[in-house]
Amino acid sequence: MSPSAPRTPDTPGAGSGPTAADIAAAVRAGERTARGVAEEHLARIAAHDGGVHAFLEVVADRALAIADAVDRAVAEGRDPGPLAGVPVALKDNLCTRGIPTTCSSRILAGWRPPYDATAVTRVLAAGAVPLGKTNLDEFAMGSSTENSAFGPTRNPHDHGRVPGGSSGGSAAAVAAGFAPLALGSDTGGSIRQPAALCGVVGVKPTYGAVSRYGLIAFASSLDQIGPLARTVTDAATLLMAVAGPDSRDSTSWPEPFPDLMPALTGGVEGLRVGVVRELSGEGIAPDVAARVREAADALSAGGAKVEEASVPGARYALSAYYLIAPAEASSNLARYDGVRYGLRVPADDINQMYGATRAAGFGPEVKRRIMLGTYALSAGYYDAYYGQAQRARTVLIRDFATAYETFDVLLSATAPTTAFALGAKTADPLSMYLSDVCTIPANLAGHPAMSVPFGTGDDGLPVGVQVLAPALREPVMFRVAAALEEASP
Amino acid sequence: MAPMAEPLSRDDVAHVARLARLDVTEDELERFTGQLGAVLEHAADVASLDTAGIPPTAHPLDLVNVLRDDVVVASLDRAEVLAMAPAVEEGRFRVPKILGEAP
Repeated sequence: MSPSAPRTPDTPGAGSGPTAADIAAAVRAGERTARGVAEEHLARIAAHDGGVHAFLEVVADRALAIADAVDRAVAEGRDPGPLAGVPVALKDNLCTRGIPTTCSSRILAGWRPPYDATAVTRVLAAGAVPLGKTNLDEFAMGSSTENSAFGPTRNPHDHGRVPGGSSGGSAAAVAAGFAPLALGSDTGGSIRQPAALCGVVGVKPTYGAVSRYGLIAFASSLDQIGPLARTVTDAATLLMAVAGPDSRDSTSWPEPFPDLMPALTGGVEGLRVGVVRELSGEGIAPDVAARVREAADALSAGGAKVEEASVPGARYALSAYYLIAPAEASSNLARYDGVRYGLRVPADDINQMYGATRAAGFGPEVKRRIMLGTYALSAGYYDAYYGQAQRARTVLIRDFATAYETFDVLLSATAPTTAFALGAKTADPLSMYLSDVCTIPANLAGHPAMSVPFGTGDDGLPVGVQVLAPALREPVMFRVAAALEEASP
Repeated sequence: MAPMAEPLSRDDVAHVARLARLDVTEDELERFTGQLGAVLEHAADVASLDTAGIPPTAHPLDLVNVLRDDVVVASLDRAEVLAMAPAVEEGRFRVPKILGEAP
């Protein structure tokens, strides 16, 4: 179906390796040790991460100690958890107690959080073995992982291309076979877009499905933690492990998260699928648009009723997002003032200390967004920019609601193009922002959406197709994702 | 809602940087003025949207007044928290002079 075969990856063996399901089954059955699995993955990181730079910090000793605890549980007949012995990579904006957590920012260099994020606690409780912390655009602001203060991550399929962002380190770690699972965060597409560019599965759950406790805040009404994996089943297993109510996050959804496993074999017979006109044609590269059409055809062949859908408000989503997200960020990042943790540039007076600390600690993109957000919230502009963007958000939510009267799920491209070259968009922030045009609407609406690999572009690099669903309808979204994975060329 | 008539000026950017407690160099002021202006120009399509009678959405979920039982639980370890502070004195965060002449 694709016009060109996948290219030989620059990281040997990228896109292959054992799945989380295989590893957990073998460890639970006593056929493999968690320690052996961890050693194998740590060796692969040692051999190949020099060319990728997916990790900012690898915690080998700690990983082996956790793996040994899993092996003891198996030996003593205790339940080691659904992810027993499965290596997992954690985006470095998730707090890990005693382990450096930097958000790829100089302002947090050397900080060791005094607590674990709820998602981290739950990954450990499920028997998974965290191997380290992955690179990201500083404070998750970016679409290429080039905004990291500690150097960019490279796409395992082509080291001259970006992995996408901001969860580029997590996506690259999964694609390179460094870990079958990773956690990322998605504020405007930061899980789905890198998943698409690296050829892995990436899920942004419904807002509130996964606790944000311990996720370092970027834009609080949009941020959501989610899984990256090589298979839809693995992504579902990790999502179920971390999702569910948490008293430490007042925006956490209070109902139990549904079982996704029955959905994975449900098929798409009779489902109504809408291909979103605004996110599949204009502005989308022809080779990517062709894969979306083929994905729609595959669902149609599987018995789904596929038609064109329209979400007119999606046209304003990018603009609304780049007012709302920086506004929330400018408030959230006010806490980096050199007082309680992180960098301090000493000065005689506290205002001088604030200004000098923040100037030295933040990179250019973070400064841009802080200023954009401060401007959008400032006297005289609040209603014209921030207030208007919030009303555009309501329009978008209503348009989605109308579309979902007709359709069970929506389909679109995940990213407008395949992975672009390092440096191609760094000089022009607006061109970089356009990478998020397809993914942002789901964040503004609070809806779940996921990217599933579906063939390659003309350059032989991975293409992702996005499945969107109404709030809390992850099961039907995963049904469609499983069918796409099955049909993928 | 009319789009902003005035383009973003260098003085606007300098003012916003002061509000955000962010020291910026002359070079940064120059660059940011152009870059932020381009983003705000792109955002003009939102400003042109007819939103008469449409309420703003601040939050995607309908949750209100989320309360938990008032039970005492352990908080973060004080020594562990203070160990990460840039400067500490007598169990507290130490900061430079706060009171003084108005900025």
